[in-house]
Amino acid sequence: MENLKANQNTSSNETDIFDARLQRRAFLQYAGAGAAVVALVAAGCKKDRPVNTNFGATLDFKDDTGVLNYAYALEQLEAAFYIKVASAPPSGFTPAQKNYFQDVQYHEIAHREFFKKALGTASIGSLEVDFSSIDFTSASSVLGAAKTFEDLGVAAYNGAGARLKTTANLVIAGQIVSVEARHAAWVREQLTPGSFADLNSLTGLGSSNAGGLDGALSPDKVLAAAKPFIKTKINIINL
Amino acid sequence: MNIVNILEEIEKVDGEIYERLNPRRQAMKDFFNVGKKISLAAMPLALGSMFNKAYGQTTLPTAVVDVLNFALSLEYLEYHYYNHALLGTDVTFTYPGNSRAAITVIRDHEKAHVDLLKGALGASARAEITYAMTDFTAGGAFPVYSSYPTFLAVAQGFEDTGVRAYKGQAGALMVSPGVLQTALQIHSVEARHAAHIRLMRSTPEGGSVAVKPWVSLGAAGQANDSGVPALDLVYAGEDSVMQATISIPPLTGAPTANDGQKKAAVESFDEILVKAKVVEIANIFLRTGFKL
Repeated sequence: MENLKANQNTSSNETDIFDARLQRRAFLQYAGAGAAVVALVAAGCKKDRPVNTNFGATLDFKDDTGVLNYAYALEQLEAAFYIKVASAPPSGFTPAQKNYFQDVQYHEIAHREFFKKALGTASIGSLEVDFSSIDFTSASSVLGAAKTFEDLGVAAYNGAGARLKTTANLVIAGQIVSVEARHAAWVREQLTPGSFADLNSLTGLGSSNAGGLDGALSPDKVLAAAKPFIKTKINIINL
Repeated sequence: MNIVNILEEIEKVDGEIYERLNPRRQAMKDFFNVGKKISLAAMPLALGSMFNKAYGQTTLPTAVVDVLNFALSLEYLEYHYYNHALLGTDVTFTYPGNSRAAITVIRDHEKAHVDLLKGALGASARAEITYAMTDFTAGGAFPVYSSYPTFLAVAQGFEDTGVRAYKGQAGALMVSPGVLQTALQIHSVEARHAAHIRLMRSTPEGGSVAVKPWVSLGAAGQANDSGVPALDLVYAGEDSVMQATISIPPLTGAPTANDGQKKAAVESFDEILVKAKVVEIANIFLRTGFKL
């Protein structure tokens, strides 16, 4: 009965996501996606558990496990990106930039591994990433991608915090998001001096310069923006 | 100014936001009409008063009011610290490069936070803290307005304290999801400020201090990475490598030599600071009779 209900929710959600994605084309373009590729996920896949990578991963937002898995997905993406950059930095990087990208790489690995351990068997498993849109030999391309990931990560945590039901989980999310915000501020400064907290440039992520407020985005919007970088299909239910 | 977006976001966690604002939506109409007439600078105040209509004293639980007033105290301190550095006639250092612009950005954010919190609290807002109630030299210990590097060092202390303070109070805001999200959105802005102040300190004009944008392990393995022993209170406990029940080391790839594993673990997670400790720090900069 429980399962049946979940499946019904899934199929109605699926339609919503499909429709919403078309309208959200402009947003995807912001994230460097270009024309959005709309993929229909067969409703039949839903019966499989998330760990089956052939059928994608399912984030079930009915409880904290779903939110933590959502964070785990984003941290996997960030860690994979920084591991790739740190292993072969663009020749245009300064020594300080090389060092700090290495630092950030460790931070994102630490976040990813934390969620992996905390979730244990409830984890969605490993996601496959797609960084084909990033030129890893170009400093500006790498910095631009890092900026996108960090600002989006901050907005993701800010937008998901209120969904958490356990104080301990909220505290952990808070402990991570401020580190992501530090990354964002530093990376932005590498691209444009003075832009470390340019809230006017983050309105697409839900910021308000007049209120001094950073971005905050709901998970469906964050995942739509991250979609071009993730090969694994991610299904959202009970949002 | 993306106020519609803010409202949409709050609506997701608080489906009754529009009802709270006003069952007949008159408040919304009022707000948008007002928005046409007033300058952009006055917008945070209007925004705050609108949120007050939604989350004002009649609906805010006491615990939430306490947290917001506590946050308001800290924002007043930060605002006066930067505002005086920009406008005070007793400020004798000169701003190198584009540092004045950066401090102005930060001051403007702190002002926006003050206005937003005041508006959200409405009649429950604490009494205003004025510049005259503060002493940012801490009895002459810190020449913050005559030495640019000292000004930045204390600024780093304020920002890193702010980041820890908001984090420490988040749990108490869970009963009011809309307020919690707003607090989180302030929290990460403070973290951006902290990172930038740290970067400014690392420049030659800032004193070439060996600090990173993120909180790392201090010299000789101490928790305070600021290089300023007087800021020990701000960084107490920042050297934790355990998160919940999980040890962050061993960390694949991070060096094992020179505390590399511990450094990476410390940098990966910022720590909370309990209210009593934050109050202790804030009181260093408040004159007798005005302490928290």
